[in-house]
Amino acid sequence: MSEAAVAAGRAFARSRYGPALIGLGSFVAFIMLVELLIRVGLINRFIVPMPSDIIAAFPRVIEEEQVLHRFVLTATEALSATILVTVLGVTGGVLLHRYLLLRQATETWVAAIAAAPLVLMYPLYLVIFGRSALTIVMMGFTAGLAPVILKTLEGLSGTRRVLINVGKSFNLTPSQQFWKILFPAALPTIFVGLRLGLIFSLINIVGIEFLINFGGLGQLINELAERYDLPGTYAAICFVILVSVCVFVLMERLERWLRPVD
Amino acid sequence: MAETGRLSLPSARPLRLPVHPVTALRIGIIVAVLVIWELVSASGWLYRDVVPSLGAIGKALYATLSDPSFYFHLYTTFYEIGIAMVIGGVSGLAVGILLGGSKFMSRAYEAYLYYLGPCPKIIFFPIMIMWFGVGPGSKVAMGAISCFFPVALNVAGGMREIDKVLIRVGRSFRANTWQMVTKIYLPAMRHPVINGMRLGLGVALIGTLLAETKLSNRGIGFLVIQAYSIFNMPQMYALLIILFVIAIGANTVIGRVGGLDTIKRT
Repeated sequence: MSEAAVAAGRAFARSRYGPALIGLGSFVAFIMLVELLIRVGLINRFIVPMPSDIIAAFPRVIEEEQVLHRFVLTATEALSATILVTVLGVTGGVLLHRYLLLRQATETWVAAIAAAPLVLMYPLYLVIFGRSALTIVMMGFTAGLAPVILKTLEGLSGTRRVLINVGKSFNLTPSQQFWKILFPAALPTIFVGLRLGLIFSLINIVGIEFLINFGGLGQLINELAERYDLPGTYAAICFVILVSVCVFVLMERLERWLRPVD
Repeated sequence: MAETGRLSLPSARPLRLPVHPVTALRIGIIVAVLVIWELVSASGWLYRDVVPSLGAIGKALYATLSDPSFYFHLYTTFYEIGIAMVIGGVSGLAVGILLGGSKFMSRAYEAYLYYLGPCPKIIFFPIMIMWFGVGPGSKVAMGAISCFFPVALNVAGGMREIDKVLIRVGRSFRANTWQMVTKIYLPAMRHPVINGMRLGLGVALIGTLLAETKLSNRGIGFLVIQAYSIFNMPQMYALLIILFVIAIGANTVIGRVGGLDTIKRT
């Protein structure tokens, strides 16, 4: 009997959804354990609120703190930054591809900028743009620009030789060659860059909102923390994480959908 | 015999620059940026003092580097990042080995790490303050959380790419878990581990310094936000230059030491 149970357990662990369910189950079990430890007093409830209180705080935070409005504000900032990143990043990548000398001179600089901790420049942006949405959008733009330039360049440079030769055999003008051959071939890689750019922008936008206490979802966490509304703070953090994860999953799906089958 | 035409074009000799064109363009761009900066600074087109002169920035850089109290703040930040790297790196390594070594664990838990990884970590700072106080503890925690994710994900990915033959060799020698980790896994996946550490260092630096700018009374992040508060723009530029040099330098050193630059790109 026990052997059959062990075999069934192993089969479940190997099944398609078994591990994911076990992962989710252990996560729920961990939350319940934390609740229990707080109730018996082993964890201080003034430092870690009870998970049941956090769940109960969700409707209150959503209603009283105008979460939808804040979400729209953060999304608008992210969209503005993404539009800037797309236009200037793709243009930058195309320019670097078009002018080889410029590329040779600056590609390593762009790569260094992509790896640099640009977000630390936010006090400088505060001085230049003021404590406003413009600072947040410009910070998001700065963070997302370099990956888009690099991925656009990579996509254009990686166009298969045979496609370029087909264009040449049709005597295409440089403009036609770009719009009919190079750009469509580079589009999947450019989209990878845009996804990275959007993720970097979003992370920085929420972070800066929190740091300068201005704007949408990031500010919500800061405000609740300053009010010492512990369940509210934890609920808001969970909410921001959920939103971020949903955006990442959505972008990933979109990218997979756009990417042609090799 | 008809003589084939010989072209002799004395003017077609290639123009020889004293320096390589790429170097010339680089120098040109740098000089242009510096000249534009000085012009903007002198003209006052932007708000006064927002773009200080290069001389003022140079003086501030010298003053900052020759101020002994700066090294106390630098030491504090390095200390926080160092401990954060040890905590985040070791826990990331352990979790990465656990996830990469077992298909079941990977399918059960890796998605959580994968999606939590890119979330903005700074939003956890209020919780870290409650748990570890307003001192260096909360900054270390921020750095450790930031560092943990890239290390764990890189190590898990690296584990899966280890040559199966190496693992079989270890098992055939009846190596225990510790021996497998130190003799087989870690040497075989040193590149993903070092790459993870490099990425981890970058984000630990950001996490720690951002936390310092938010709430602290010591560290380089505190100095930056203090320069903002008293509107000492040359010092802010000087501190940002120092920070970027440190960040890019550390990134390069880890890459070189770990031999990442010798990996053949496919």
